[in-house]
Amino acid sequence: MSKTFKGRPIVAGTIDKGEAVVSHNGVNTLATFQKTALLHDIPIIGKDEVIGSDQNNPDVFGKVLTNKVLCLPQTIGSTTGGMVLYTVSALNMAPSAMLFSQPIDSLAAAGVILADVWTDNTIVAVDSLGEEFLASVKDGDKISVSEDGTVTVE
Amino acid sequence: MNENFKYKMELTDEEVAILHGSEGETMAKVMKTLVLYGDAFSAKRFVPVTGMGHLVTSFGISVLKPVFSIMDELINAGLKVDEKFTVDPRPIDYANVKCNPLQKIVFNKVLYGMQAPYEKQLNALGLKNANAFTCASYFDEVGNKPKKGDVLSWAESSAVVYANSVLGARCNRNSGIIELFGSILGKVPEFDLLTDEGRKAKWIIEVKTEKIPEAQVLGSAIGMKVMEDVPYVKGLDKWIGTELNDDAKAYLKDFGAATASNGAVGLYHIENLPPEAVELGESLINDDAKTYVIDDAELERVYKNYPVMWKDKNAAPKLCFIGCPHLSFAQLGEWAQRFDKEMKAQGKDKVGIRTIMTTAPDVLEKFRRENRADYDKLIGFGIKLTSICPLMYMNNPLCGGDTSNVITCSNKLRTYTTARYFTTDDITKIAVKGGF
Repeated sequence: MSKTFKGRPIVAGTIDKGEAVVSHNGVNTLATFQKTALLHDIPIIGKDEVIGSDQNNPDVFGKVLTNKVLCLPQTIGSTTGGMVLYTVSALNMAPSAMLFSQPIDSLAAAGVILADVWTDNTIVAVDSLGEEFLASVKDGDKISVSEDGTVTVE
Repeated sequence: MNENFKYKMELTDEEVAILHGSEGETMAKVMKTLVLYGDAFSAKRFVPVTGMGHLVTSFGISVLKPVFSIMDELINAGLKVDEKFTVDPRPIDYANVKCNPLQKIVFNKVLYGMQAPYEKQLNALGLKNANAFTCASYFDEVGNKPKKGDVLSWAESSAVVYANSVLGARCNRNSGIIELFGSILGKVPEFDLLTDEGRKAKWIIEVKTEKIPEAQVLGSAIGMKVMEDVPYVKGLDKWIGTELNDDAKAYLKDFGAATASNGAVGLYHIENLPPEAVELGESLINDDAKTYVIDDAELERVYKNYPVMWKDKNAAPKLCFIGCPHLSFAQLGEWAQRFDKEMKAQGKDKVGIRTIMTTAPDVLEKFRRENRADYDKLIGFGIKLTSICPLMYMNNPLCGGDTSNVITCSNKLRTYTTARYFTTDDITKIAVKGGF
């Protein structure tokens, strides 16, 4: 049975049945994205997709995040966070959407806005979806997002 | 341009004109980015930046090509920061942090191959000077120390939390690039930590330890608990006093860096210590603030629960990093005395593993010049002094992989790398002994 949640679109867009990756704790952007994103250009070990590398967050550690719908409370950690999100977006390695149960934080907002204004890509971002959203959604769930911030979890 | 762009902020005629292209297409994009950023936080208006800038991005890491493209676009449009800025530390210093040929190839050809051109970009945009590379730009020696009430456009989580909490400046936890845009525009959207309401504490932290808490563990515990909220810390003045002297400032620097990296704290209040907490006291606490009690057992629990990311958890350490954030002038002297004492206790005259301390270039010059005895002591122990960022150094998988076996007393470095955390006392013993 599907569930619907209404949030505030920060970067409006649509997603049709994207695959959820769920973090119940704040996602540390630098710690999560740096290992694969910042090593992107290294021959042999460089990858074209982000695999979560934050040792302190088992919810995303070791999971592919590229083109996934990342469901989270907020992002945390280093203030390179927004720049890292912008960079992975420009390199086509970003999540397709970021859905926040809480109001968006300043680093994530910077990242999705920079991606929107300064690249041809978009990270759809919806915030304030509420605690029940994060309690309901599970890894692998199919998620659809509408322009107005309506999120449907199947 | 941007004529059909809908926004909620209340902009002045001049700001609307910039948005529509009066200062060129690139500046219009800068303005659009900042307006969207302000709208995301329901900012009503822009306020002028009154302090020098500080940027987080100091490293010419090749994968940041998209960032370099923005920098080029800004430079080609003739934009720059009129008030100058400082920036985080450089990633490499081969003279003091030696690397083998293979490690150098990865640094020079793969990771930081863009360092020289990137530093040219920084200079073109208004870098203060060649010594302006430090995460602790607020040190007196560096010359980017905001005044109480200054509005800043900074990034670097440890610097932002220090400027807000210890100096009483006002700065949001801006991201890299956003902080540069704010410095170029000379204005930032007014929200959150720039407002009186946003500076109120949502947590009361009651420190009930029997000894002075390790700054980096206390900060880590609080950061992980409160995340992005503002904590009001009671009971710490018992241990670090009510005077903002060198010891207290150093403690709060390291404490704050841990709150910001293990959580997302941009401002903390310490009862009876920094000027804002002294002036406003418990009126800084929200009525519905939650309480977190921290005793020695809680700190021990936090310390013991840090994951060890080494491939062989019983392996001997190979490298010790001290100074993330950069060490202050006073801290360098304290470390010299601490190592001196431990050397005598263990009957040794050299450290047992490669040990590197990091500080700001201007602080290092002063330490070499004005505290020669302690400088010579550290060098004599075989300890290297440098101004790099250990985190950026460890981005090289040959220097920071899970077999590099790095130890540190920085909770920030632990969070972002495979470095294993030890308290100040423990790491001194291990570094001198050369093992556990």
